[in-house]
Amino acid sequence: MDETKKKEQSSTHKIGIYLWIWGLLFVLSFFSYMVDWYQFQGMLRWSLILIFMFLKAGLIMAFFMHLFWERYALVNVLLWPMTAIACFIFLMVAEFKYTLFTRLLYFFVGG
Amino acid sequence: MSDPKIEGYQFKPGFKGMAADTGSDQTMFKGVHWGKAMMWIFLLSDTFVFSCFLISYMKGRGSTPVEWPNPSEVFALDAFGVPVPLLLIAIMTFVLITSSGTMALAVKYGYERNKKMCGWLVLATALGGLTFVGMQAFEWSKLIHEGVRPWENPFGAAQFGSFFFMITGFHGTHVTIGVIFLFIYAYKVFAGHYDGEGKRGWFTTMRGDYVEIEILGLYWHFVDLVWVFIFAFFYLW
Repeated sequence: MDETKKKEQSSTHKIGIYLWIWGLLFVLSFFSYMVDWYQFQGMLRWSLILIFMFLKAGLIMAFFMHLFWERYALVNVLLWPMTAIACFIFLMVAEFKYTLFTRLLYFFVGG
Repeated sequence: MSDPKIEGYQFKPGFKGMAADTGSDQTMFKGVHWGKAMMWIFLLSDTFVFSCFLISYMKGRGSTPVEWPNPSEVFALDAFGVPVPLLLIAIMTFVLITSSGTMALAVKYGYERNKKMCGWLVLATALGGLTFVGMQAFEWSKLIHEGVRPWENPFGAAQFGSFFFMITGFHGTHVTIGVIFLFIYAYKVFAGHYDGEGKRGWFTTMRGDYVEIEILGLYWHFVDLVWVFIFAFFYLW
């Protein structure tokens, strides 16, 4: 029991790191709200949304969910399947463009 | 958290440890609590569920020739007579991040065996989640009053309603389940189920351990994580 206690204690981290991440998440959320507040449009809007989103997601996963300190086997098991999602996104982007094209063609231009 | 049953096992860090883990016999994540490994596997599958929702939303929104409703107008809220865009959504986001932070601290104090701090922080997390669900119920009823239905809405493309109710509803369900478990675990912490003094939990003969708070925390942070993506893609895009 003593040994497990010692190991558990070594896996906790200083409170400062959590407060820092917490503060950063607030700031990033505020920034992403400001993107809408100032009504940025086009590529600027989309890239800012994506940057803040990925930063927030990364901070939550790395520090709140402890992935930064986890063993590599777990990190890899979790992150590699995300490439399948990325592939799916690319497939569906091609798909919705084609659907939109056919709808515009048949609804408005007339086949 | 090293499992005392596995004798002679030594965890190695880095890629060597990864090779040792993936090549090891019988179990892959030696020394990791089974509940924690299973929670990660569940969260991975849940990631796919939410990804499918968001990807179908992308496909639906991208393929309609009708104009999509402007979310910053649809979700605007009147504050002192002035419509503020996304006001409720912004508050919901901050509430959820606050509860995520208290959960992270609860996990930390749990591992330090600080029963009081851990219990109060889990309770605070539960209250934050409850606030979030309440605001979501308010948002839903407001939109339903304005005539938003899964098959039509007065703002634009008809698909908007079905994606909105599906995605936020599924996320809200996750939050609700999380809140229920947070209340149960707050009770368990205060009742001393994790202090190893011989007390047992409900329906089990196993002694509890504070690792259960970390597992609950993983679920709760995941709910927050999903909201980050919903906030970006559904409300801001």
